[in-house]
Amino acid sequence: MTRPLLIRGGRVIDPSRGFDDAADVLLVGGRVEAVGTALGAPDGADTLDAAGKVVCPGLVDVHVHLREPGGERKETIATGSLAAAAGGFTTICAMPNTDPPIDDPAAVGFVSAAGARAGHARVFPLGAVSVGLAGERLAPVGEMVEAGAVGITDDGHPVYDAGLMRLALEYGRSFDIPVASHCEVRSLSRGGSMNEGVVSTRLGLTGMPNAAEDVMIARDLFLAELTGGRVHIQHVTTKRGTELIRDAKARGVTVTAEGTPHHFSLTDEAVEGYQTHAKVNPPLRSEQDRRAVLAAVADGTLDCIATDHAPHHYDEKEQAFDDAPFGLIGLETALGVSLSRLVVDQHLSLPDLIHRMSTGPARAFGLNAGTLALGAPADVTVIDTAASWTVDARTFRSRSRNTPFDGWTLTGRAVATIVGGAVVHAMDGAE
Amino acid sequence: MPTFLGKDLIGLEHLSAEQILAILDTAETFKEISERPIKKVPVLRGKTIVNLFFEPSTRTRISFEFAEKRLSADTVNVAATGSSVAKGETLVDTARNLEAMRIDMVVIRHSASGAARFLAERIPSNVVNAGDGRHEHPTQALLDLLTIRDHRGRIDGLKVCIVGDVLHSRVARSNIWGLLRLGAEVAVCGPATLMPAAVETLGVRFFRRIEEAIEWADVLNVLRLQLERMQAGYVPSLREYNRFFGVSNDRLAAASDDILVLHPGPMNRGVEIDSDVADGPHSVILDQVTNGVAVRMAVLYLLAGGAPEAAEAAKGGGR
Ligand SMILES: [Zn+2]
Repeated sequence: MTRPLLIRGGRVIDPSRGFDDAADVLLVGGRVEAVGTALGAPDGADTLDAAGKVVCPGLVDVHVHLREPGGERKETIATGSLAAAAGGFTTICAMPNTDPPIDDPAAVGFVSAAGARAGHARVFPLGAVSVGLAGERLAPVGEMVEAGAVGITDDGHPVYDAGLMRLALEYGRSFDIPVASHCEVRSLSRGGSMNEGVVSTRLGLTGMPNAAEDVMIARDLFLAELTGGRVHIQHVTTKRGTELIRDAKARGVTVTAEGTPHHFSLTDEAVEGYQTHAKVNPPLRSEQDRRAVLAAVADGTLDCIATDHAPHHYDEKEQAFDDAPFGLIGLETALGVSLSRLVVDQHLSLPDLIHRMSTGPARAFGLNAGTLALGAPADVTVIDTAASWTVDARTFRSRSRNTPFDGWTLTGRAVATIVGGAVVHAMDGAE
Repeated sequence: MPTFLGKDLIGLEHLSAEQILAILDTAETFKEISERPIKKVPVLRGKTIVNLFFEPSTRTRISFEFAEKRLSADTVNVAATGSSVAKGETLVDTARNLEAMRIDMVVIRHSASGAARFLAERIPSNVVNAGDGRHEHPTQALLDLLTIRDHRGRIDGLKVCIVGDVLHSRVARSNIWGLLRLGAEVAVCGPATLMPAAVETLGVRFFRRIEEAIEWADVLNVLRLQLERMQAGYVPSLREYNRFFGVSNDRLAAASDDILVLHPGPMNRGVEIDSDVADGPHSVILDQVTNGVAVRMAVLYLLAGGAPEAAEAAKGGGR
C-alpha cells in the first residue's frame, strides 16, 4: 500500500476545474484527498517539495506505439511506459497496430495487464477498427471495450472503406467510445516519403500532398455528422485540415483532434540531407501548415497534444531515406518541446497547455484522468517550467533513439511523475 | 583530403560555376586521350575504384569503366539487386565493407534518392554519384553541358528546354542546377502529371505545349520516357505521348536552324523522339556519349586530388 504523499508549496494548475493557485496536494490511498493551502501531512506521509514548480494532473498521451507484441526490439510496454513516466505522462493510449494486432479482447487484456504489471504509467489500449487491421470487417468492438479498450483505430492504416467507417462510428456509439482516424488517402500518397512541395522537388523524393490528408478528414467529419458517432482525428498536419475541423466543431459535429509536437515545431526542411529521423507519416509539412497546427492547438481546435511516439530500431533508420520506416519518438521530449514552442514563445498560456496535454485528451477518450478533483486517481505531474536542458537521446528510457530533437535545448521538463499516489519518476529539477 | 571539388561529387546543386567550368575544361583536355592508339595514361595508377551499381545501367557503368581504365585505375564492378529493404541493409553494410577494404573511390548508382550522399557520409573514400533515385545524376549533366558548350561555344545566355518526365528524372535536376549556375535560361516541357510539385521554384519556366518550347529554345534536352510510367497511368498511351510531346522533324521546322537536340539515352524511338530527329542534323546524341567518358575522367582526376591547371601535364606521362 502506497503511503500518503503531500506535494507541498507548488503552483497547482488544474484545468478541469479552472484552478490555478499556490496550494498543497494531498494524495491518500491512490486518490486525490485534498487540494488546499497549508495542508497537514498525515502520519507516515511522504512529502515532496514543489516550491517554484507547477503541480498539475498527470499528462495524458492518447497516441503511443508500444510495439509489443511483435516489435519488442524497438519498444516494449514496459520500456514505453517508463519513457512516458520520464516525460511526465501518467496515462498513455497504446495503438493496436502491433504484430499480431490488437483486434480481439484477449489482446486488449494482454496490453492492459502488461501495462499494469510494469506499473510505470497507466496503459489504456485502443482496439482495432477492423479484423487484422485489414479494413474489411468490424472487429469485436464491444468485447474489446469490455476488456478495457478505450477507443478503436486502425492507425497506421487509414480505414479506406467509407461504409466500414460509417459502421464503426455508428457501432461505437453503443459503447460511447471514439473512433480515432488516421486520415490518409493512400492513392494520393502512395510511394511518398515526405511532404509534397518545394523540398521534395529539390531532394528528388516522392511527395505526399496535403490533399491526401484533407480529403479523408472531410470524409470522416461528414460521417461523424451523419452517424452522431465520436470521431477523433489523429495527427492533424495541414492548414486546411484544421479549418475543416474548426468548421465542423462550429456546426456541432462530435469531433476531437490532436496535433503533435513535431508537426507544430518542425517543417519539411528538417528532411534536408535525407534525415531519416524526420521521416514521419503524416509528413512534416510547410511553414504555413506548421503555423496553422500551432494556432489550432492554441485555440483548442486541436483538443490534444499527442506524440504519435513511434519507436524504430537504429539500424532501420540507418538507411537510404526511401527505405527507412516512418516514425519518430516523442514521449520524453513532448513536454519540453511544447513548453518551449507554445508557452515560452507565448502562443498558449501554461494552464491551456496543461489542458491540451492532460484534461483535453482525457475527455476526448473518456478517461478517468486529467483532473485533480477530489477522489480522482492520484496521477500528478510536477513540472519545472524554468529548467533549461539539452536533449540527449542516449539517456532516453525508450528502447529507441529516433528523434529529430536530439541536441535541442528545451525549456521545461517533468521533475516528478506520480501514478496512483506512487512516485514513478523523480529527478533533481535544479540543474 | 579536400580536393578542388571536395571529397565527393554528389550533385551539381552545390557546385560553383568555377568548379563546373573547371570540370568541363579538364574534360576538354582529357578528350584527346581517347583519340590515341594506346588510350591509357597513368593518372590514377595504383588507385582502386569500385563501381557499385545497385540498379542496372549498362551505359553509365561502361562509360565510367572506360574512364577509369584510361586513367589506369584498378576497377572492380559490383552489381547488387534485391528488395527495397534488403538494398538498404546492404548499403550500410557495404559502406562498412568498403571502408575495411581501403579502396580509394566509389562510383555508386542506387534507386534511392540520397543514397550516394548516405554512402559519402560514412566512408572516407571519394564517392561519385552515378545516379541516385530521382535526385541527381551529375556526370550526365556535365556531359550535356560539355556537349552544348562544344557546339555553341558557351552556356551563358542559352535557352535550354528539358522535355519529358522531369518528375522522375535525376538527369533533369542536375541539368537544371548546372545550367542555371552557368547562366543559361532553363525551361521544362511535358505533361503536368510528369512535373514535380512547384517545379517553377527550381528557377525554370514551364511550357505546357511542345510547340512553344521548340520555338523558344536553343537546345532541347529530350528525356527518356520510362515505359512503366504509362502503365502507372501518368500518360494515357505512348501514341498520345508522341502526338503531344514527341520531338519530330515537323515540329523542329519551327525551330531556329541551329537548335541542338540532346538525349541521355537509351531512346524510345517514335515515342519521345522520332528517328529522323535522333539521326538528323540537329542531334548531338553521339557526341554526348563520347563526352561522357571525358567528363568522367575529369571528375575522377579532380577528386583524386588533381588540379585543373595541371591536367595537361598529368596526362603526358603515358605516351
Ligand atoms: Zn497514424
